[in-house]
Amino acid sequence: MANVLMIHPDKCTGCRSCELACSFEKERQFRPRASRVHVFTWEREGVSVPMMCQHCDPAPCVSVCTPGAMRRNQASSRVEWDEARCIRCRMCVQACPFGNAVFDARTNGILKCDSCGGKPECVLFCPNRALEYAEDTLSTRSRKKAFVAKFKEAL
Amino acid sequence: MFGWVGSILRVDLTDRTTRTLPLDPALAKQFIGARGLATKIMYDEVDPTVDPLGPQNKLIFAPGPFSGTLAPSAGRYNIVTKGPLTGTIAASNSGGMLGAELKFAGYDLIILEGKADKPVYIFIRDGAVEIRDAIHLWGKEVPDTTDLLRAETDDDAKVACIGPAGERLALIANVLNEMHRAAGRSGVGAVMGSKNVKGLVVLGGGAVKAMDPAGFKTAMVRARNKILAHPVGGQGLKAFGTDVLINILNQTGGLPTRNFRDGYFPTADKVGGESLSATLLKRPKACFGCVISCGRVTEIVNPKYKGRGEGPEYETAWALGPDCGVDDLEAITKANYLCNELGLDPISMGATIACAMDLYEAGIIGLKETGGIPLTFGNAEAVVEMVRRTGLREGFGDKLALGSYRLAESYGHPEFSMTVKKQEMPAYDPRAVQGIGLNYATSNRGGCHVRGYTIASEVLGLPAKTDNLTTEGKAQLDIAFQNLTAALDATGACLFGVFGMEADDLAQMLTKLTGVDYPTEEFLRAGERIWNLERLFNLKAGFTAKDDTLPERLLKAPLPGGPAKGKVNRLGEMLPEYYHLRGWDKNGVPTEKKLKELALV
Repeated sequence: MANVLMIHPDKCTGCRSCELACSFEKERQFRPRASRVHVFTWEREGVSVPMMCQHCDPAPCVSVCTPGAMRRNQASSRVEWDEARCIRCRMCVQACPFGNAVFDARTNGILKCDSCGGKPECVLFCPNRALEYAEDTLSTRSRKKAFVAKFKEAL
Repeated sequence: MFGWVGSILRVDLTDRTTRTLPLDPALAKQFIGARGLATKIMYDEVDPTVDPLGPQNKLIFAPGPFSGTLAPSAGRYNIVTKGPLTGTIAASNSGGMLGAELKFAGYDLIILEGKADKPVYIFIRDGAVEIRDAIHLWGKEVPDTTDLLRAETDDDAKVACIGPAGERLALIANVLNEMHRAAGRSGVGAVMGSKNVKGLVVLGGGAVKAMDPAGFKTAMVRARNKILAHPVGGQGLKAFGTDVLINILNQTGGLPTRNFRDGYFPTADKVGGESLSATLLKRPKACFGCVISCGRVTEIVNPKYKGRGEGPEYETAWALGPDCGVDDLEAITKANYLCNELGLDPISMGATIACAMDLYEAGIIGLKETGGIPLTFGNAEAVVEMVRRTGLREGFGDKLALGSYRLAESYGHPEFSMTVKKQEMPAYDPRAVQGIGLNYATSNRGGCHVRGYTIASEVLGLPAKTDNLTTEGKAQLDIAFQNLTAALDATGACLFGVFGMEADDLAQMLTKLTGVDYPTEEFLRAGERIWNLERLFNLKAGFTAKDDTLPERLLKAPLPGGPAKGKVNRLGEMLPEYYHLRGWDKNGVPTEKKLKELALV
C-alpha cells in the first residue's frame, strides 16, 4: 500500500494555506517561495491549481542525479532528496518537466515535496480538501463517486 | 523583528526618490500595524485640515503583523489616508494577496508622499524600488491594467491599481488588488489618482518569522479550528457568501429599500446568497491564508449582461439591488463587475444611484439632468448604465461620482442623501437595528458597518443575542465591537474571523508571533487607542459632536412596513451614554484623563 498526494483543483479556493504550512514546517518561517507546493491562480477566470512533486517512476530528477542524492525510497515509493549527498549541480531542477524541483540559494538546498514523510502538512492545512493524501487505488474515489452519484437521479 | 518585518518604505513622488527606514518597535507595539500604525503615521505627519486630494495628503499601504502568516483569514492590508469623500481619516481594508506580498517584499508600511508630475506606477521587487512611467496605462480598466503591469514586470507580481474612476478623482473611487479585491470606502482611489499613481506592483521572496513557532502554531491551530467549526465562519459563508444576509435582514425588517424609504423588500430572495449560489456562482474564492472562502467567482451567460468576475457580496447586492428597488440579480452582478473594472466602491455607487432615483421620483430632477434615462426605482438597466457613466464621469455620472451627499445638496436637498459624514451607509436600517445606528453615527470614517458590527449581536445573535429594537446597552455593545475591530484590523486579520475566534485567540497569536506580550486586555486597549487617535484626527480636521448623527429620515420617518414597521432610530438615547462610556466629554472630545490612560499624550 502506498499513499499519493492528490490535487483537486475544482475544490481549491486559492488561499495558499498549503504554501504557508509547507514553508513553516520545512523552514520554520512563512516564506511561500520556499514552499514545496505552489498555487497558481488565474484571476480573470477565478481558477486556482496547486502543484507539487508527484514522485514519477522512473523520475527524471533521479535519472540525472550523479551522486545519488535524489533517490526513490522503495518502502514508500516516494522520491527523496538527501542533502548530505547532494553536490548542488541542480541537474534535478533542469530535468523535472513539471518544475517541481527548485534550487533555493538562501538555504543552498533543493526544494522538493517529500510528502513530509507521510504526514503532509499542506493536506492538514488545506481548508477545502483540495489536497488529499489518499491510498493509491482509492485516490480518485471522491471524484468518481461525485460523478456517479448522478445515477441516483437518472435510474 | 518577528511578525513585523521591520521596514518602512517611503516613496516621494514629487522628487521621485525612495527611502527605506527601520520600523520603530515601540510604535509597532502600541499601534500593532495596518489601520493602527498607519493612522499613527498620518496623525504625526499630516495636518488633518489638508485637502485630501492635494500633495500634502499621504497614502499608506499597510499590512499587519499577521499578514503573510498562517493566522487564519488574516492576509489583509489597509489603505490609510485622509478620505476625500468624508474628510475624515480613512482606513480601507482589502484582502487578496497584496498584503502578504508586501510583507514578503520586506515592508510593514509603504508611504506614498507628494505627487508625481505625470502618471506613474511603483514596482517593488524586494529591496529594489522603481517609479516607472504609466502614461500608457492611464485610462485603462482594472483587469487590463493588472495584466499589462504584470506583462512588464513579473507574471506573479501582485498588483493594486485604480481604474478610470480613480484617475478622474471620483470621490467614491476605490483601489483594487488582484483585479477583484477592493480597498473600497471613503474614496481612497481618488487620492491615488490625485497623486498620479496608477498602480503598485509588488513581488517579494522574503519571510515572515514567528518568535515562538511552536507556540504560534498551537494558538493558530486552535483559532483556526474555532472558525472551521463555526456555522457561519466554517460553512455558511463558503456556501452562500455574505449575500446570505439579504433574507436575514429582510426578515428583521432592516433591509434598506428604495433609498431607505422602507426596510422590507418583498422580492429580496431573488437577490440573496441562496439564489446567487443556485444561479451565477461558479466557485467560492479565498483571500490569502483564508479558511472561510466567502469570495464569489461568478459568471453571467445572458448576452445582455455577459461577463465573468467576482461578486456580488452582501453590501453590493443590496446597494445595486434593493436600495435601488432592483431585484434582477444578473443586472446587479453586471453592475458589480463594472464597479470592479472601473474602480468604484459598490456601496457608495449603489446608494448614490438610489439617492438619484429618490430625487427623480420626487420630481427634483428629471430626464434633462439624467441624460434621458428615467431613474425610477427598480430600473435595473439604468443602474448598470449609471455605474458605467460614473466610472467614466460621463454626463450625469460626473455628478454621481461625487457621492450622494454632494449630489443631493447640489439640488438643494441634502436630506435625500443617506450618509453619515458624507459617506453612504451600508445595508442595515438603523430603525430596525438600533445599535448599528449608533455605530454609523460615531464611526470614524462615516457611514460604515465594519467599524463596529453590532449586527453580529443584534441580528445574528453572536456572541450573544441582544434585542435589535432596544437602545439599552447598545452604547457598551458598540464600544466593545469598535475597540475589538480596531485591534483586529491592526493585526491584518479579517473581521469575519470573529465568526469563531475571540479576542483571546487574536491576542495569543499576536504574542507568540511577535514576542511582544499582549494580554487580551492590552490588545483591546490598543484597539481603544487606535479608535481615540482616529477621533483626534477627525476633531482636528474640524468635525464636532454635531457630525455624530444620522440622516433625518432615520430619526424622524417611521419605517412604513415590514417587521419593524413604525420604528425610528433613537440615537439620542444612546449617544450621551456612548460619550460617557468612552471617557469623552459631552462634546465628544476625549478627556485628558482618557488620553493619558491610552498613552496618547
